[in-house]
Formats: sequence, C-alpha cells, structure tokens
Amino acid sequence: MTTTELAVSASGLVKTFGDFTAVDGIDLEIRRGEVFGVLGPNGAGKTTTLKMLATLLPIDAGKAEIFGVDVKANPHQVRQLVGVTGQYASVDENLTATENLVLFGRLLGMSGKAARAASEELLESFGLQEAAKRQISKFSGGMRRRLDLAASLLSRPPLIFLDEPTTGLDPRTRGQMWDTIRTLVAGGSTVLLTTQYLDEADQLADRIAVIDRGAKVAEGTSEQLKTSVGSSTLHLRLSDKHQVAAAAAVAEKVTGERPVLTPEAGGVNVPLADADRAADVLIGLRHAGISITTANVQQPTLDEVFLALTGHGTESAENPDGPAHAANHTDIPEEVA
Amino acid sequence: MAALISTYAVADRPLKAHPGVGETISQTLTMAHRAYLKMMRNPEQFFDVTIQPLLFTAMFAYIFGGAISGDVKAYLPTIITGILAQTALTASMSRGTQLREDMDKGVFDRFKALPIARIAPLAGPAVADLLRYGIAATLTIAVGLAMGYRPGGGVGGVLAGWALTIFAGWSLSWIFTWLGTIMKSAGGVQGTGMMIMFPLTFLSPAFVPKETMPGWLQAFVDVNPVTLVINATRDLMNAGDVTLSVVWALVGCAAVVAVFAPISVRSYSKFL
Repeated sequence: MTTTELAVSASGLVKTFGDFTAVDGIDLEIRRGEVFGVLGPNGAGKTTTLKMLATLLPIDAGKAEIFGVDVKANPHQVRQLVGVTGQYASVDENLTATENLVLFGRLLGMSGKAARAASEELLESFGLQEAAKRQISKFSGGMRRRLDLAASLLSRPPLIFLDEPTTGLDPRTRGQMWDTIRTLVAGGSTVLLTTQYLDEADQLADRIAVIDRGAKVAEGTSEQLKTSVGSSTLHLRLSDKHQVAAAAAVAEKVTGERPVLTPEAGGVNVPLADADRAADVLIGLRHAGISITTANVQQPTLDEVFLALTGHGTESAENPDGPAHAANHTDIPEEVA
Repeated sequence: MAALISTYAVADRPLKAHPGVGETISQTLTMAHRAYLKMMRNPEQFFDVTIQPLLFTAMFAYIFGGAISGDVKAYLPTIITGILAQTALTASMSRGTQLREDMDKGVFDRFKALPIARIAPLAGPAVADLLRYGIAATLTIAVGLAMGYRPGGGVGGVLAGWALTIFAGWSLSWIFTWLGTIMKSAGGVQGTGMMIMFPLTFLSPAFVPKETMPGWLQAFVDVNPVTLVINATRDLMNAGDVTLSVVWALVGCAAVVAVFAPISVRSYSKFL
C-alpha cells in the first residue's frame, strides 16, 4: 500500500466555491524526503490545494494519493500519515501550551503519561518550556506557530504540511522557524510548504511549484526559477519622474532587457543577468544626464518571478509605490497572526 | 534541538481504516475534558444555568401562580417541572452558538486533520454540558423546595425527574449542534435557536394547562417533544409514577439524537 516512492501524487485537482474556481487542475508529485515549496500570492489556491490533500476540504475533481493512499477513499488513513500546521495557528487559545499538547496527544491515542512526557519534550525542543503553563491567548505570534508545529509533530507523521509557516512573523522569529524546519528536514521528513516569499522557498525548498489563479505556472528548483527572471534587479528611483521612459531606453540599451516601470513613483526596475552590470547602467544614465535619488540591487522577488511567468504582478494593482518590494516585506507585527 | 523534532522517514506503519468504538469513546471523553477546562476558565458559561433558573422560577411562580392555580404554592408542581424543561432547552441552545464559535477557530482545523472519530469534537462538549444541565436542574428544584414545593414523588421521584431533565437537555442539544454545523455565524445560530426554543417551550404545558389553548394549538402541543418531557417529569416528581409518558419522553429524546447526531456529523465533515 505504501510502497510508492512518491509521498504526494496529485493530478488534476479542482476545487470550486460557487462560481469561483480556486484550484483549477493542479498536478503535484512530491518525492519522499523532499521539501517541496508551493509558491504563490494570496488567493492563488495554495492553501486550498493543501487543505484538499490534508482531507480538510473535499476534492471536487482529480485524484490525490499520499504515500499511495487515496485521499478521497481513505481519509482516515491519510490523516494518520500527515501533520498539518495551518496558516493561523490551530491550537486552543483558552488552554495552556501543555494542555494543548496533552489534548492532541490523548486524541492520538497516547496514555496521559505518555502525552505529558511527549508534551514536555516538545516544549523543550521548541524553547517553549517556560510558557508551558501559560494560556495561548497570551502567546506571541511566533510562539503560537512554534507550538502549532510542535502539535503537528506529536504523531511523528512522515509527511508534514506547512501552510505559510512564517507569514506575519518578524524577521527574527521567521529565522527561528526556518531553523526548526531545517532540523525537521534533517530528520528525514517530507515537507510540503506553501509560501508567499521566494526567499523562503529559496532557503528551504528542494523544488518549487509556482501557482497563480488556481493553476501551476512553473515548477523547478529555485535556481531554475530565478534564472528565468534574471539573477537580480537594479531598482532605481529618478529625481525627475518624466525621465522614466528615457532612463528605460538607456537601461535597455546597456542590458538588452526591457525594464519594468513604475512611472508614478519615478521607478525603473532593471533586470540584470549579472549584478555587476548595475554599474554599467548607472554610468549610462550619467552620460544621458538622468539623475537618480536611490539605487539598489536586489535578488529577484516573487513579484518579478510572477511578472516573468504570468505577465502580471502579485499585487501591483493595490500597490503603486513599488510593487516589487511588497513581496519582500517581513516586518509585519506579530499580532497579525 | 532534541530528537523529537523528527518524524518517521518512511511511512510503513499499519494504518487503520476507521476509528474503533473504544477509540471513539476515549476521544469523546478527551474532547469533553477540553470543554470542561474551557468552561472552568470562562465562568460566564454558567450564567444561563445559574441565574436563569433562580430568576425564572421565582418570577413565573409569583406572576402566574395566582392567575392559573389560585395561589403560588398550588402552582409550584406545574411551574417547577415546566421550568426544568425550559432550562434544559435554553441551556442546550448555547451548544449551537458555542460550537459555531469554536469551529471558526483554527483549532478545529487540527481536530479535522487528526485521525480521530468525526463525532468526537461534537459529542465531547455535549458530554461536558451534562454538568451545566445538572446545575440548572438542581438549582430549579432547590428554589422550588425553598418556595414550598413538596413533590409527591418523594426523593426517588425527584431524582428521576432531575435525571430526565439532564438527559432531555443533552438530547435536545443535538438539534442545536446540527444548527451550529450548518449555519455560518454564531449570531445566526443564536437567532434560529431562539425561534426554535420559544415555540417549543411556550407551546407546551410548561406554564399553563394545555386545555386553555385552542384546539388546533393543542394538536401541536401534543407532539412537542418538550411536552413529552414535561409530562414525564410531572409523573415522576409529582406522583412518583413511571408512566407511559416517561417511556414516550425517553423515546422522543432518543429519536432526536438518532436524527440529529448523524446529520450533524455529516454536515461537520462536509462543510467545515
């Protein structure tokens, strides 16, 4: 039954909510021991896909198998193989950390003693032992996520779903979460990770599927994805907004690539095959008499990958002030979670 | 980090196709324990089963007693048993709103993802609620006794009526559990619950003899499950007799559970 080499095998997954097709024919193949990232903006269908695979949502069409077990036919068996850590920490606010873990342990069939022992050990591993007797409603966002992940590991599932594990966390907490995930991976787990952040997928995932509007638009390693949009981008802000077109022409002449413009803000984003070419672009601008206020070279952002793969940005409509940066922001206060 | 942050590398453990009966019971009791812990941390959950029986019993007895039975004391055998059924119903109504609120929280995602019986998250809190029904029934009877109620059924009859009230509350809570699983907001559950609760309590002999109502209304009163419970409670507490009414009340309550528990589990597994 579980002899297949694939941890997840899904084909033609479809989920509709009324008239809206949230997931429109997604195929996924995840090998054992692999960290697989599903990358996409809000509303792309990442969470919906994951929820279908985790038996949290019925599959409208298509087929999915977890370690060879059919998700539709044997949901109870699939639940024994998968640990799910949700986007919003799925722990009980009114209970303490220990009470939560003991509750889940008992539900998994552990004796009270075994559940308490496992809870203690997990809290220690996750650096939460001091908060063991505190109610979750008093936890920070980062602590909740860690506890949530700890709860998913109680049953030691061979496959772990992490749904946007760091969305809404500050950079420091995010780094801690990454370390935890790395430890997990080192232990041999198979991980399916959804994220809005390219650098997160980049840091953690062996392979990445990019999804947009319910469909998979690309799949590959992070290197492959990045080279599809140039290795980095030069972000320029001009002193005079009216020179945007002229600056773009100069940049295109130097690099051979067409820059992405944000004319309202006087922004010119130049894709660079090689970061060293940034200097050539700046020299070209000086020769053309175009003056700049800021310039910085960045790794490709999710937005740029998106632009390249789909022809539209992730949230450019709402964010005229430099959409390329939006996907990189991590300084959202913890309380959001 | 310690070794626990690891998982089985290979999925080669034996997998169960369905949760067994023993597991289901143990999971339900675990969920009941969770509900109990939450209750103890949020004493507001006891307002409806403490203040309401105290207030309603005294209020209705003094308001209606003279008009309906000539004096308050003669009315007590009617009103105490009526209020018992009413508090059982109102106390069970909160099951729906609380389930809805609970289900909107992330923790229910985890309950759904765990390999546990689907009924456990629904049945657990219903079991913990037995405590609430017990408090409500005890207080109502105590207020009645303090006001001069002398039940003809004796200690045994009163205990039997008390137990029947708790069983009725638990059974009826499945109607509201079902509402909680199909409605989108706690407010909606509350509103619909009220619409169900008022006809069920007032179109019954809880406060007035049904003979004073028009004939067509009596037809509904006769089939109202709350009427069955009230008649049975009266037979037990006021006469000490185990009559056919008692059998009907038990059958009625069991029928409510037999209908609403399965459809609750079905809509819970489907729509969450």
